[in-house]
Order: sequence, then C-alpha cells, then structure tokens
Amino acid sequence: MMNTSSLSQKRTPKSILRFAAPQMFYPLAGTLAPWCAGIAAVLTVIGLYIGFFVAPTDFQQGEVYRVIFIHVPAAWMSMLIYLAMAFWAAVGLVLNTRMSFIMTQALAPTGAMFCFLALWTGALWGKPTWGTYWVWDARLTSQLLLLFLYLGFMALTQAIEDQRRADRAGAIIALVGAVNVPIIYFSVQWWNTLHQGASVTPTGSSMASTMLAGMLVMAIASWAYTFAVVFWRVRSLILERERHTDWVGAEIDAQEGRS
Amino acid sequence: MNGLLGPFVAVLRRDLMLAWRGRADVLVTLAFFIVVVCLFPFGIGPETNQLRAIAPGVLWVAALLSTLLSLHRLFAQDHADGTLEQLLLSPEPTALWVVAKVSAHWIVTGLPLVVAAPGLALLFDVEQEALGVLTLSLALGSPILALLGAVGAALTLGLRGGGVLLALLVLPLFVPVLIFGAGAVDAHLSGTGAAAQLLLLGGGLLGALALTPFACAAALRIAVE
Amino acid sequence: MMKWESWSAFWSMDGAALFVWGSYAVTALLIAVELVLVLRRRSDVVRRLARLRRAAPLANGGRRTSEEIFE
Repeated sequence: MMNTSSLSQKRTPKSILRFAAPQMFYPLAGTLAPWCAGIAAVLTVIGLYIGFFVAPTDFQQGEVYRVIFIHVPAAWMSMLIYLAMAFWAAVGLVLNTRMSFIMTQALAPTGAMFCFLALWTGALWGKPTWGTYWVWDARLTSQLLLLFLYLGFMALTQAIEDQRRADRAGAIIALVGAVNVPIIYFSVQWWNTLHQGASVTPTGSSMASTMLAGMLVMAIASWAYTFAVVFWRVRSLILERERHTDWVGAEIDAQEGRS
Repeated sequence: MNGLLGPFVAVLRRDLMLAWRGRADVLVTLAFFIVVVCLFPFGIGPETNQLRAIAPGVLWVAALLSTLLSLHRLFAQDHADGTLEQLLLSPEPTALWVVAKVSAHWIVTGLPLVVAAPGLALLFDVEQEALGVLTLSLALGSPILALLGAVGAALTLGLRGGGVLLALLVLPLFVPVLIFGAGAVDAHLSGTGAAAQLLLLGGGLLGALALTPFACAAALRIAVE
Repeated sequence: MMKWESWSAFWSMDGAALFVWGSYAVTALLIAVELVLVLRRRSDVVRRLARLRRAAPLANGGRRTSEEIFE
C-alpha cells in the first residue's frame, strides 16, 4: 500500500544500484534504447559499406565469404546473450532482484534470433564452400543445440502462468543449460573428430584487415541492436509486471495523453 | 551418516513398492524401448552390415526416448496427492530424497533397459564381445539421463503440455551422454578401446550426482510453493 | 564503385548471389519482424493497461487498477 519505491530512492541517492529498481530502470532504458538503435543503424551502414565496397574478394572463396559480416557477429551474439542470460539468472536466484529476471526473459528472443541467423547464414555459406548446406561439424552442431536451449527456456517461461515460478524455473534451466554448453561443445567436438577425421574450417587463414574491420564493426552494431531491443522489451515487461504501482499508472496516463 | 541413510532408504523403499503395485506402467517403458528398437530395421532395411553399424546408436536413442517417456511420472503422483509438499516440509535435506526418488525411478525404468539391451543388440548382430561395453555404457549413462531428466520433470511439474515441454528442455542436455554412450560401443568395435568414453560417462555420472539433486530440489521448491 | 565494375556485378556477387543475398535478406527480415513485435508489444501493453485504468475509476483513490476483477 505504501509507496516504497520512493523511500528506497531516498535511501540510495546516487548509486548505480538504484537502477536495480524497475521504476528507475524504466526511464533509463527508454532514454538509452533510441541511442542504441541509432548507433546500431549507423554502424550497420558503415560495416556493410566496408564489407561490400572496401573489403577485397577472398582469393579462396570468392565473394561468398561476405556472409561472414553477419554470420560471425550473429554466432558471437548468440553465445554472449546466453551467457548474459545465465548471469542474470544467477543474480536473480541469489539476490532475488526483480530486474534480473526481467533481463533474462528480455534477452532470450533476441539470442534465439541470432542463433537461428548464425545457423541460416552458416548453411548458405556452407553450400558453395563445402558443397553442402549442413555438416555435423562441432560448431554447427553446438549452435543447433544452443538454439534448442533457447527454445526450451522460452517455452518453459511461457508455459508457466505464475510469474514468480516462471522467473525462477526459467533461471534454473538457463543455469543448467549454461553449465551444459561447454560439456556439449566438448562432447560434440570429440564425436566429430572421431567420426569425420579432419573437420571443415571456414575462411582462409589470412584475413585482410578490412575484412576483419568490417566484421568487428558489424559485431559492435549487433551489440548496439541487442541493447536497443532488450531495453524496449524490458520496458514492456516492467509495465506489465509493475502495473499495480502508482508510477506505472502515471506513466500510462502520460502515454494516453500523448497519443 | 546413518541419520541420512534412514530417510534415503525409506523413500527408496516406498517408491519401489509403489512401482511394484503399478507394474503395468513400468512394463510399458520397457515395451516401448523394445518396439522402438525393432522399428529401425523396417525403416533402414534388413541388411546386416548396416544394422550392425547403427546398432549402438539405435539402442542408445531408444533408451533415451524411453527414459523421456517415463520422466513425467517421477514427481507427478507425489505432486497430485500432496506427498511432495510433505517431503519438502520434512527436515531431511531435499537433495537426499530427490536422489532416493531418482534412484528408485532408475531401478524401475532404467535398469530393465540395461538388462534388455544386450538381447536386443543380438537382433542387430552386434559382436558378442561388444555386449559388455554396451551394457556398461547404458548402466553408467542411463542414471545420468534420469538425474538430468529429474530437473526437467521438476521444472515442468503440473504444467499443461508438460510432456512435450520436458522433451524440449532435456533432450539437448542428453546429447553428451548419447555421444559418449554410443561412442563407447563404436570405439570398442573399431579397436580403439572404450575406456575413455566409459571413464567420461562415469565422471559425468558423479558430476550429475553431485549437482543435479540441488538443481532439482530448487526446482521442486519453486514448483510447489 | 571502387570494387565492383557495375551494379549488376555487385548484385550477382560473382555467382554467389543466392547465398549472400539469401543470408542478408533473412537477417533483415528477422530484424524487421523482431522490431515490429517489440514495438507493437509496447503499444499493446500501454493500451491494455490504459483500458484497465479507465475500467477501475478511482478505486482506492484512483491509485490502483482493480484489474483482477476483469482478468
């Protein structure tokens, strides 16, 4: 019944930890999201320009290698986002902070999307380079299993109606998955080398510096994109979860007045 | 030690007795295992060499699916009649009776598969000397499946469509066990020796025994509260 | 155009057009879909909460929505 959030706000005036409160994080996310989206857009344009107009043709693979500018960043992001999810899941379970669970759930769909993109672009890259859309290579297989982990997490949190239980169950499966990811990778690598002999490796060993530059710019762009989308998703989640509070009511009134 | 052993044995005995009263349910898992294994030759063709090559993988995948089929029963009954809440309220450590329940579940559903596997392997003309390795790999691997599956079963306890969800959750986690389990037999047949795979399975079993009961306990507490 | 002789050479990607543009097209599509879903979710939430607020006029001094009744 009491407006507790304003009390805690007074107690911790300038600490960064005040953003652990949904009420404080909501406006911050709202301010940051458009900036992140803008940075992502600008960097994407720069990265694609470098990728398509500056980077030379790969002497082994020809033009196909240009898939790398989305393939590698997507693969990186899919793994990083899973780690971030596991991190927030652990924080949520240990410290019992509401924002952590919101973060975990806001990250998952974007991670799954990057995971799928890494697989899709990998398949399209593999066809002309290896002669097949799919090989049961260690990296591809682990990526596929990572996608299943993402789907499992999202399916579980969607299936549980009770908010509290959904948060915690999701956090547990995210952590269990994170513990298993290295084991899966190791086992798949072992299995792959036993069965297939020399595994296929994409990209020539010598990468032109402009290729690398394009890839890195695109990687930073996908970071920025992830931040933007996650911030937007977090804002919706916060509104839904904090709908009983005064400040959300005020926020909704303000939104209504604007539209 | 004795203080911990008492409740462990009590839960184990109770679950085994309950399983014994509902024998038919248990046999379904075994029958499913046998039927799935026998389906493969129809799909692949009766050629002996080919069947021999796929036998370890087929037996392992079938064992994995049978385990999956029985997992939802692990806590469902106790959840429905309130036993689970009583157990959670009891002073004994949750992880302890979770291990007891999973052990009972494995004895009832996993052990029959381990015993039946060598016989089924003969249908695929697997060399007799490899049967020991196959049995050992299943004996080490199927408890890992049960332990990992218990976490999934606890997380999906009482959910609508829980069975499919459970499959989605745990199947990716089963992959390493499948790789090392089926790989052990393959390695033995190819002459490299199965020691590495079997040691890894044994290590995996110890690791799962050490970690999953706590994850499972946490998941149960979340599901019931 | 420093690298490519013509736009058609650019679009054909030396015969790898299907693979390169197939990758980029699906990426663009998924990102567009995700952005639409994320932004629409927000407007859905705002609209739904606003409706709930109007439906619970001044209960508890206008502070709290009593949406439990309606859900």
